[in-house]
Amino acid sequence: MASALPGLPLAAAVGEVGEGFFKERTGATLPCQARPSHLFCWDWATEHINRFGTPTVQQFELVVISVLIGFAIAFGLALLAHRFRLLQWPLLAGTGILFAIPSVAFFLLLLPITGTGRETAIIALSAYTLQIIYRNVMSGLANVPESAKDAARGMGLTDRQILWRVELPLAIPEIVGGLRIATVSTVAIATLAVFVNAGGLGTQIYSESNLTFPTAIIIAGGIAMLMALAFDAVFLTVQRLATPWRRAAAEASA
Amino acid sequence: MAPGGGGGVGVSAFLPHPFFAGFGGAIEFIFNEQESTVTGGKKVGGIEQVLELAWTQIEVSLLALALAILIAVPVGLYFGHKGTGELVAVGIGNAGRAVPELAAIALIAAVIGVGVVTLTIVLAVLGIPPILTNTFVGIRQVDRAPVDAARGIGMTEPEIVRKVELPMAVPSIMTGIRGASINIIATATIAPLAGVLTLGDFILGENVYGADGVLAGAILVAVLALIFEFALAGLQRRLTSKGLRLQAQ
Amino acid sequence: MNPPTQGYKVAPVPAAEVTGQSQSGASSVTYRGATKRYANASAPAVDHLDLEVAAGEICVLVGPSGCGKTTSMRMVNRMIEMTEGDILIGGESIKRRDAARLRREIGYVIQQVGLFPHRTIAQNIATVPQLLGWDRERVRARTSELLDLVGLDPELADRYPVQLSGGQQQRVGVARALAVDPPVMLMDEPFGAIDPINRERLQNEFLRLQAEIRKTVLFVTHDIDEAIKMGDRIAIMKEHGRVEQYATPAEVLMAPANEFVEDFVGADRALKRLSLMRVRDIRLWKAPLARAGQATAEVRAALDAPEVEVPYALLVDDRERPRGWLTTRDLAGDTVPATADAPLGPVLETGDVMRDALADLLQGESMYAPVVDHGGAVVGILSVEIISEFLASPEAKTEEQPAVERPRG
Ligand SMILES: Nc1ncnc2c1ncn2[C@@H]1O[C@H](COP(=O)(O)OP(=O)(O)OP(=O)(O)O)[C@@H](O)[C@H]1O
Ligand SMILES: [Mg+2]
Repeated sequence: MASALPGLPLAAAVGEVGEGFFKERTGATLPCQARPSHLFCWDWATEHINRFGTPTVQQFELVVISVLIGFAIAFGLALLAHRFRLLQWPLLAGTGILFAIPSVAFFLLLLPITGTGRETAIIALSAYTLQIIYRNVMSGLANVPESAKDAARGMGLTDRQILWRVELPLAIPEIVGGLRIATVSTVAIATLAVFVNAGGLGTQIYSESNLTFPTAIIIAGGIAMLMALAFDAVFLTVQRLATPWRRAAAEASA
Repeated sequence: MAPGGGGGVGVSAFLPHPFFAGFGGAIEFIFNEQESTVTGGKKVGGIEQVLELAWTQIEVSLLALALAILIAVPVGLYFGHKGTGELVAVGIGNAGRAVPELAAIALIAAVIGVGVVTLTIVLAVLGIPPILTNTFVGIRQVDRAPVDAARGIGMTEPEIVRKVELPMAVPSIMTGIRGASINIIATATIAPLAGVLTLGDFILGENVYGADGVLAGAILVAVLALIFEFALAGLQRRLTSKGLRLQAQ
Repeated sequence: MNPPTQGYKVAPVPAAEVTGQSQSGASSVTYRGATKRYANASAPAVDHLDLEVAAGEICVLVGPSGCGKTTSMRMVNRMIEMTEGDILIGGESIKRRDAARLRREIGYVIQQVGLFPHRTIAQNIATVPQLLGWDRERVRARTSELLDLVGLDPELADRYPVQLSGGQQQRVGVARALAVDPPVMLMDEPFGAIDPINRERLQNEFLRLQAEIRKTVLFVTHDIDEAIKMGDRIAIMKEHGRVEQYATPAEVLMAPANEFVEDFVGADRALKRLSLMRVRDIRLWKAPLARAGQATAEVRAALDAPEVEVPYALLVDDRERPRGWLTTRDLAGDTVPATADAPLGPVLETGDVMRDALADLLQGESMYAPVVDHGGAVVGILSVEIISEFLASPEAKTEEQPAVERPRG
């Protein structure tokens, strides 16, 4: 193990990273744990699987809360921009900036303002999702056929009725698509919450200024990916169930 | 990690609001070399170290982005034009998003070891999915009528790709490249974990740089990311034909 | 009624129908100097339009592209707000009405149909009834009634628009527009995107429907043939919505008000007049009928009769529905066989428009076709010869009176 992490050349490298470290963290050195050639130590995994429970729940909560908040804000902004076209460009640019800032930096930029903890992580993660959701809601609304809107107006639907009965239902596929992308990416990025002590699976990858060892990284990373894929599947199902006319279209073209 | 308070008077005087007072020390840290508040005696911060670390991050990121583009765009163009491999192209994009960059970097650090070359390759791999998917989808979404017309006037298939499909797919491809750039910069920020010192070193090295250093790192990384974003957005505008821009309005 | 300055003929309209409502709840539509100036446009798109559409009539706005037909039509339901002037529906100004409420009382059909892709056919049709808060049972009953009215299979009710053909979609569009029984219908090139054969069918269906529902219809087209076929009255427009002639189709064909109208109507006016006639309006040939089992001698004798001009006998079933043409070989035996040797070819209905009947004959490459009534029983034979004789007759060319009354379904 020690040779795989030759001194961890952080300019700030502190302490020895090696067998001693793992002994300390895991209580006992298992045979496979000590051998650097071993990518995955089954013995360790079966023995310590429990320690991933709480971080997984924390990660899940971080993601769900952040995406919910992000969706509420982005959806509201999109409706505003739909109504007041002048807002479209500034909102796109603004959410774009929030999206472009790497999450690690974002977390830490919030430190002087909100300190460490879950709130900080949730603010940064929600800010990250804004752009994805906002952009998808807007393009969903923009793709509604002009003739359907014209017909709706001609039938005497008010602007609000057109929005809720025609435009938004037709934009569902893209809105859910945005939620899907936002959620999957947030699952991956939420591992970084460890940098602001907000818990999550990142704690099993990196803790106390050190990397843990490959087996833990693989398990934590694997759980995060599975969680992302599970969300992906859920949204796909929602998308299909919420848009029966799309299935009809697919069948019609087949 | 308490808000850093130790900074000099110089810069912080311009940040009157208590909320932003915490940033004063960080800005001081960026411009003036100082003794580490943590390890004592060691000289840290200052414009010189900032530029050095920034340069590494820019170099690694640009190389990785270029590599990702060189691989993903041709592949996306090929399959997009042929219209096959939709599941693979879109699947790669989805899977790529699900990879936690922290786990990726940590694993590289723990298993393969360190170095600029390995890091560049890893970053390029992380940049490929969004570019590939967006190129593929961009080409597929090109209106079939102009493509048919191009074939009708006798363009060869490579000509169709170059002169018809590619220009029309530029906005989508550029969106993919911007997404890749964001991924790459963000991951390069935690590259010090794998032994390559980028601006992220300030962020990850609180033990050396102190709270001011961490905040300074965050500011610098954010600025760098935005510079990349604006540069690519500008490039996207320049590369998008005026006709397409008008159509979008 | 219309300002004399414009100098077009105005056909007399029974005073009772000019304003107010007809029995079935249709309302008249009156343009009073209606004007639309688009922002950034130097000349108005529609300039002081005066037009009177009587309740229960189809008024077709026809003219070259960009002359202001759509603009004139959309001012009625305030999809386009007029800049000047007024429009009255049933004598009441639309300006004082709430736009959304007004639109619910005006059926609106457009070329792109504009069905809601995410709602089933039944839900599409039920849109306005639901907005008006009708109870479920009433909505359901109305929906199936409308599907029936526009001739759609009730099975289609739960399908989505993508699962329908273009013609079926347009029928749904008409049904949706009729949902709350609006007194006025606006139709902007409703059949414009449909292939010629289906367009003809939809036109016929709509005329049949209109005979039943008697709405006031403003119908926009740029196709003069469609205008002649569909209109009780045609307004021929030139740029800026200037009406060059507003008259019945027969008048427009027989007495074009000026050179513009004459050019627009085209040189083949005699041929166009076929659009004004139904098959029942012309004298048909007598059909020599034969039934299975009948003695062939009898049939041959009938064929030889001087008043019979068709050389073949028509095999019919016990309800006189045509089955096929009998050839000489069929008649060689003692009795008429149960099946005919020659295929039947086109079969026409008494209600068919002459022009379409001629097209069917030419398309079927046949010189004769049996004409049947509503029940499907043969009433006579129409031939290319009859039609060409009609076209050559002075009756077809006269500039005096319309040779036939404007046929109605
Ligand atoms: N929204 C608009 N803004 C500015 N000008 C318009 C607008 N809509 C129509 N016009 C102009 O007004 C005139 C009349 O247009 P309108 O759509 O009523 O024509 P139309 O007779 O329906 O033509 P078509 O047969 O091509 O449908 C045209 O010159 C057109 O260019
Ligand atoms: Mg028009």
